[in-house]
Formats: sequence, C-alpha cells, structure tokens
Amino acid sequence: MALHEIAFYVMATVTILAGLSVVFARNPVHSVLFLITAFFSAAGLFVLMGAEFLAMLLIVVYVGAVAVLFLFVVMMLDVDFSQLREGFARYLPFGGIVAGILTLEMIIIAASVATNGAASQNALPQASLPDVTNAESIGRVLYTDYVYFFQAAGLVLLVAMIGAIVLTLRHKPGVKRQNIGAQVARTPKTGMKIVDIKPGEGISE
Amino acid sequence: MIGLQHYLTVAAILFTIGVFGIFVNRKNVIVILMSIELILLAVNINLVAFSVFLHDVVGQIFAMFVLTVAAAEAAVGLAILVTFFRNRGDIAVDDASVMKG
Repeated sequence: MALHEIAFYVMATVTILAGLSVVFARNPVHSVLFLITAFFSAAGLFVLMGAEFLAMLLIVVYVGAVAVLFLFVVMMLDVDFSQLREGFARYLPFGGIVAGILTLEMIIIAASVATNGAASQNALPQASLPDVTNAESIGRVLYTDYVYFFQAAGLVLLVAMIGAIVLTLRHKPGVKRQNIGAQVARTPKTGMKIVDIKPGEGISE
Repeated sequence: MIGLQHYLTVAAILFTIGVFGIFVNRKNVIVILMSIELILLAVNINLVAFSVFLHDVVGQIFAMFVLTVAAAEAAVGLAILVTFFRNRGDIAVDDASVMKG
C-alpha cells in the first residue's frame, strides 16, 4: 500500500474513533480531549487532500480556541455528570438504528456521486489553482469574489463576541465603581455648600 | 487510490456520530454542543473533498465560513450555558422550560 493510503486510513480511523469517544466518554473532560483528537486528525485529512490552509485554520481555530473554550466551561461548571447520563441506555437502540440507516444512505449516495457525478471526471485531487500555493489561491478568490461574505463573517464574529460578553457579564450589587460621568460633571456649585454660621452656634446636619 | 468516495464516507460516518450523540446525550448540553461541532466538522470535510475533486477553490472558502459560524456558535452556546448554570445550578436541558420561548 502506498504511504498516502496508509496515512488516509490512519487519519480516518482515528477521526471516527475519536468522534465515537466524544459521544461515549463518561467524563466530559475526556470528551473534549477526544474532540481535539478528532479535529487534529481531520486536519490531517485536509492536508492529505492538499487543503493545507484549512488544515492549519482547523487546528488554530478549533484546537486553539473552541476546544479550549469547551475545556474551560467543562472545568468551571460544577455539575454531577453521571446524573446527566440518565436515559443514555434507553435512547441507545433507537439512536443506533437511526444512525445506521443514515450512514448507509449517505455512503450509498457518496458512492454514486463519486462514480457518476461531476467530480468523477477529475480523478486527481487538486486543492489549489495551478502553480499557486493553497493559501494564495484561497486568498485570490476570498478577497475578490467573496469579499462581502468575508466582511459578513467578521460581522458574525463581532456579534457573537458581543453577545457572549452581554450574556455572561454580571453586575454585582454593592461593588464600588468609579462613575466618570458624575466626576466630570461635578462643579464647585454642586460639590460645595457655603454655610453661614452664627457665632456661638454649631451646625446641625 | 484514495478518491472522493473515501472522504465522503468518513464525513458521513462522522456526521451520523454527531446526530447519534445528540440523540443519546439528551440531557448533557456540553456533549450536545460537542456533537454539533462534530457535525460541522463532517460538513467541512464534505465541502473540502468536493472542492478538491471538482478543482474549485470556492468549496474551501465555504468551509472557512462554516468554520467561522461554528466558532461563533460555540462561543454563544457556551455563554448561554454558563448563564443557564448560574440561574439554575445545573445544566439538565430536558426541563429547560423556564426560558418559556
């Protein structure tokens, strides 16, 4: 077997086994670690296809950001996870049947598309434009034809960031904070009171 | 020779693992969110595989957008989860009717 095929089968097996472990792991921290494994070997599959830029993006975005975010939340929440697994065995047979049918159908469709579809005319994979690196060929299309979509993606990320901050921000009552507006608006007239005291008398508040 | 069909098969299996994970872990939101990530990963593999075997870079552009949306979705989903946990003290979603639509 060629090295390419060995690499594909190793990556594919690891991806699928890691995906199964994400679903079946008892400890959610293990689930997150298996998710990282799945993403990593999927990135390997992308490299095998020649889409190096997306492979690196997958590692940076998923392993570096999303999986770590998951890890933070799993470790931060103090939840009894064994109790959350109730009903796992109950849904297992039905879920298994549905999943089996879905897989079978999709594999049949994949086989027919791969042999008869438009992609069957090109036997060799080609991830980039001719004589251009993968990142450059993505950039040539992304920053020209899809520049508005690119901007919209940035907007989506901005909205998601603001949304996450708004959702998790909590104002604790009783915390002393600097109110800059009130400080700046303070004038001698509002900040100071001149009291005329008669001799021999004090001032009573 | 590894062709389009091999990659599509991996993606199909990964997709159903994700759907299956949502089925069987109905109470655990964290695992549900991770299953959604698996589904989106399967979609990305499909997009990239078709892009590579059709010799068209646009599929990879779309995979990038899916990646963006997946990251945004994970961030907002986990933020909702943290708020939900703060308000209720646990994350069992099957009785999440307090939100009332």
